[in-house]
Amino acid sequence: MTIPASTVRAPGAETSYTAAPATPGRGIVAVYMAITAVVLALLMVFGLLMRASQAGFITLPPDRFYQILTAHGIGMVAIVGLGGAGVMWYFLSRYVTLSRGILLANLICFLLGVVLVLGGIFVGGFAAAWTFLFPLPAHSLGAWGPGATASYLVGVLVVGVGFLLLYLDTGRAILASYGSLGKALGWPQAFRGSQADPPPPTVVASTVVTLINIPAIAVGAVILTMSLVNAYAPGFRVNALVAKNLIFFFGHVFINSTIYMAVIGVYEILPAFTGRPWKSSKPFLLAWTATMLMVLAVYPHHLFMDYANPTWANVLGQVLSYTSSLPVLAVTAAATLANVYRSGMKWNVTTSLLFVSIMGWSVGVVPAVVDGTIAINRVMHNTLWVPGHFHIYLVLGVVSMLFGFMYFLGLSTGSSDSALDRASVWLYLAGGLGFGVSFLAAGAMSVPRRMAVHMAPWMVWDRLGVVFALLIVVGAVTFLTTFLRRARTAGA
Amino acid sequence: MEQRIAVLVSAIVGTLVLALFAVVARSARATGNADAIAASAARLRRTTFWGLVVLFVPTLAYSLTKTPYRTDSRPAAVVVEASGHQWAWDVSPSTVPAGKLVEIRVTGADVNHGFGVYDTNDRLVTQTQAMPGFTNVIRYTFSTPGTYRILCLEYCGLGHHAMTSQLTVTSAP
Repeated sequence: MTIPASTVRAPGAETSYTAAPATPGRGIVAVYMAITAVVLALLMVFGLLMRASQAGFITLPPDRFYQILTAHGIGMVAIVGLGGAGVMWYFLSRYVTLSRGILLANLICFLLGVVLVLGGIFVGGFAAAWTFLFPLPAHSLGAWGPGATASYLVGVLVVGVGFLLLYLDTGRAILASYGSLGKALGWPQAFRGSQADPPPPTVVASTVVTLINIPAIAVGAVILTMSLVNAYAPGFRVNALVAKNLIFFFGHVFINSTIYMAVIGVYEILPAFTGRPWKSSKPFLLAWTATMLMVLAVYPHHLFMDYANPTWANVLGQVLSYTSSLPVLAVTAAATLANVYRSGMKWNVTTSLLFVSIMGWSVGVVPAVVDGTIAINRVMHNTLWVPGHFHIYLVLGVVSMLFGFMYFLGLSTGSSDSALDRASVWLYLAGGLGFGVSFLAAGAMSVPRRMAVHMAPWMVWDRLGVVFALLIVVGAVTFLTTFLRRARTAGA
Repeated sequence: MEQRIAVLVSAIVGTLVLALFAVVARSARATGNADAIAASAARLRRTTFWGLVVLFVPTLAYSLTKTPYRTDSRPAAVVVEASGHQWAWDVSPSTVPAGKLVEIRVTGADVNHGFGVYDTNDRLVTQTQAMPGFTNVIRYTFSTPGTYRILCLEYCGLGHHAMTSQLTVTSAP
């Protein structure tokens, strides 16, 4: 779907939105989002199947359950990365000259990698979870072989190469337009009192994403390669604690960056409907720089229960857990509230989903910060409390941003939201909150995560989770079908 | 105790955040002065920031005194050796006294496991990772006699869910 140059009047709003002229590459973004929507819905069904099996409604054999668990985990990380990249590319291309070829190359790497990952999982039987903690990929006790491990690890590596190319290109383009990364982060305005116009929020966020994801992917490639060598040469061993540090640095930074990419949609789209521009204020610039530094160092909060990890690192992990996500979230949440409050805007599905996304991010961070306390983590780590908090800020946060962006793209077709679309926002919101709370409640009752078989007393939470997961799936399928229908209309 | 704190804090703060967003959502159709609203939002942001600083600093200071990493010089009444391997635990001895300091030395024989100790009410009371090449030490005093279950809390392969054991806590003599 190529987005035409057009003026889009926000339904009921006093302001109108003028879409930027179509440029090459935006059709590829539409393909990014179509793939994102389809894969999200599929992986949500995977999640529903797992909860239904834990609830005793269906029976998944353990090997199949853990394969689905692995696919659901790695798939969700990758697909919100792809969707986030689509949002970032779409808006960043308004300010800098990005390579359409690299955008396409990332997509090709993604698809190739996905084939390898799915082959490793569902043909080869690989089921070491998305975290592939060393040395589990090479220690399956006969459940899968080195070929399946290699297929999975190389697949993730290929996906990573695509993203690395993309971030190298965004870095190149930003440098070409702004002269230095410091200028693109607004440091002259933030630290030196420069009165020049600061870079727009999209450029600031994109620069941060570029700077954090290049080292994250490089580190991920190191541990993926070492695990691959270990699969074929068991004598080549890696320190298990070092391996965990590498994996969680890579994983934590990458998944956080998906929020930072997708939130660009909120910065760009919401003001178009409220008529209130989103400015790169000094607190905004300082917040993004602070978050950039802290998100690189906070990952030890995944290792609190590894007592062998240096205590100073784990203490730092707790301190930064309290502070790392708050700067960007605080400036974004406050600005979102100020942007919408008494703005004269009437709600549509686009603005509703974007508003919900900031709410979901804000709410989801609360139990995350609580779990970032070492003393509490001792009784919450690897219980369902953990997926409780990250499902809230992924389902209601990032994924709402992505669906909101898709509805925004669809506005150019002149279509209006149906009653089903509007009802689906409520279904999705209720489902996301209820699903997250069912996980949190189970976690508070000490129910472990990542278990194919649940004891009878735990199943009440599983059954509740199934009901809310169904609402999420119904909402997501509606969003998906609306986007694909509008994309077909635009392409016709 | 820790679970209750987690639930209480999350429920209260989460509800407040939801309520704030709901109020703003309901106000959207009305109109107001954008500059005045932006100024109010900036004040709210500053107040929230300093409020969080005031809340976080003592919370951090206090909670960091409660980490499981602190070692004391007291000798343990019993030392338990626990080793996880796909998919079973070797725990020896498997009986410990209540009311006395117990040291549990945990390691992983093959891959990463998680040594989670569940009390007689099936509540998780403490845990550590069982890692190949490392020994993590839990120092814990069991207050209530009974049969405590050991569950694996780190995904370790297809038999992960079945990797259970138990620890019997006897009344102190």
